[in-house]
Amino acid sequence: MKMSKWISTGAAVAGFAVAMVSSSVAMAGDIEEGKALAFSKKKGNCLGCHRIEGGAQAGDIAPPILMMKYRYPNKDELRAQIWDATAANPHSVMPPFGRHNIMTDSEIDKVTEFIYSL
Amino acid sequence: MKSRGIKILMSMGAAALVMGSVVVQASPEDDRKAFQTYYVEKFPNTEFSDFNNGVYSISESFREQWESIEEFPPYETFVEEGEEEWNKPFKNGKGYSSCFGDNVSAIRPEYPRWDAQREQVVTLEGELNRCRTDNGEKALKWKRGKLAHLSAYISYEARGKKINVVIPDDPKALAAYEQGKHFFYAKRGQLNLACADCHVYQSGQHVRRELLSPGLGQASGWPVFRAKWSGKSKSGDGLGTLHRRYGGCNKQVRAKPFKAQSEQYRNLEFFHTYMSNGLEWNGPSYRK
Ligand code: HEC
Ligand code: HEC
Repeated sequence: MKMSKWISTGAAVAGFAVAMVSSSVAMAGDIEEGKALAFSKKKGNCLGCHRIEGGAQAGDIAPPILMMKYRYPNKDELRAQIWDATAANPHSVMPPFGRHNIMTDSEIDKVTEFIYSL
Repeated sequence: MKSRGIKILMSMGAAALVMGSVVVQASPEDDRKAFQTYYVEKFPNTEFSDFNNGVYSISESFREQWESIEEFPPYETFVEEGEEEWNKPFKNGKGYSSCFGDNVSAIRPEYPRWDAQREQVVTLEGELNRCRTDNGEKALKWKRGKLAHLSAYISYEARGKKINVVIPDDPKALAAYEQGKHFFYAKRGQLNLACADCHVYQSGQHVRRELLSPGLGQASGWPVFRAKWSGKSKSGDGLGTLHRRYGGCNKQVRAKPFKAQSEQYRNLEFFHTYMSNGLEWNGPSYRK
């Protein structure tokens, strides 16, 4: 399935507007590093389960990652999901990236910036 | 945010069990029925008897290529080597048949089995090596090579017989079964995933492009010849035992694997094979 199918809705445009007024401005470099970490098989390997724009051969275990500012108006909550998905859902198959030290705190910050930019 | 993470890789997952095993009081028979019904309902296009073909039972596109490979299977020469090994006398003049009898086709369906005297689960590979050491021979390596060839020959001879693992009504046997079941449903490793996460709840989904096979039927076709294992071996011998795969699936989630034929893996095999009762033994088989 093409990502564009998901994004081509009016809501995406509104999402962009939210992005513009968002107070925490991420450094472009962090987003790029976050993307590399998210796509790396050794680190995030998020594509194992999620479709994410710009990534190939994604799995289909989990919801596609898009419009994250809508799902998570509060960036800290998004970070918390990445840090330990089992806090919200004990049965989650999503690895607890922070709690199990799969990535460091600063790596998770960067991944969060990347995911938040989608 | 301060990291409160655990530095060591956990080989046993947190005690949190996933749904399937919440009903602790269920009898093995109830477990098996629920397990099998789950897959039958989840994959309505798959015949029950076909679940012993792993991912190929649920994917037509993968299946075609696999069927053409199974016409001239790369494991065939190793089945022959296994037969030669079977017929080679030990230094004391006896052979494997002194432990297992002459009817080779009857052997595979006897394992895994609860051995009431030794109070443990015994497996085909374990008993093959026990036969050797009892007769003054060295034990063979557990995960590949000669032992896998022998197992391939013995499994080949038993093709078409039904899996019928018996869990005796004996507290110790039931405890071994429960341990195997717990192993299957417990999250483990740095990635925090249970066997059941991938092969029950997510079976039929893809991790990247890898399709996850149903847990039902997973223990029927061993040893398996994998293209991946063949690529790693100098001689191209890609046969590996079930416990080799258990180790691989543990490593995938960054958990420390247990030793082949450890109590943990034998109990897992006991539970895992019992879940497939009623399907046919179909080893050896080919997997990519
Ligand atoms: C092994 C599978 C797996 C991996 C790998 C994985 N996730 Fe997830 N993720 C899930 C599942 C399943 C959910 C659905 C909610 C739940 O069960 O926790 C989810 C939910 C999410 C959500 C919430 C989405 C929403 O709309 O509610 C976010 C955000 C997320 N994941 C980000 C990530 C990031 C970032 C990575 C990589 C660093 C990642 N995931 C890696 C399985 C995975
Ligand atoms: C992260 C996901 C994941 C986890 C967790 C996992 N596996 Fe697997 N397993 C796979 C993949 C991918 C394959 C290869 C495709 C297939 O056959 O499912 C596989 C294959 C297998 C096979 C071979 C099936 C065949 O037909 O050749 C067995 C047996 C198996 N797994 C058992 C287990 C057991 C037992 C556990 C727990 C100790 C486990 N797996 C944990 C992903 C996983």
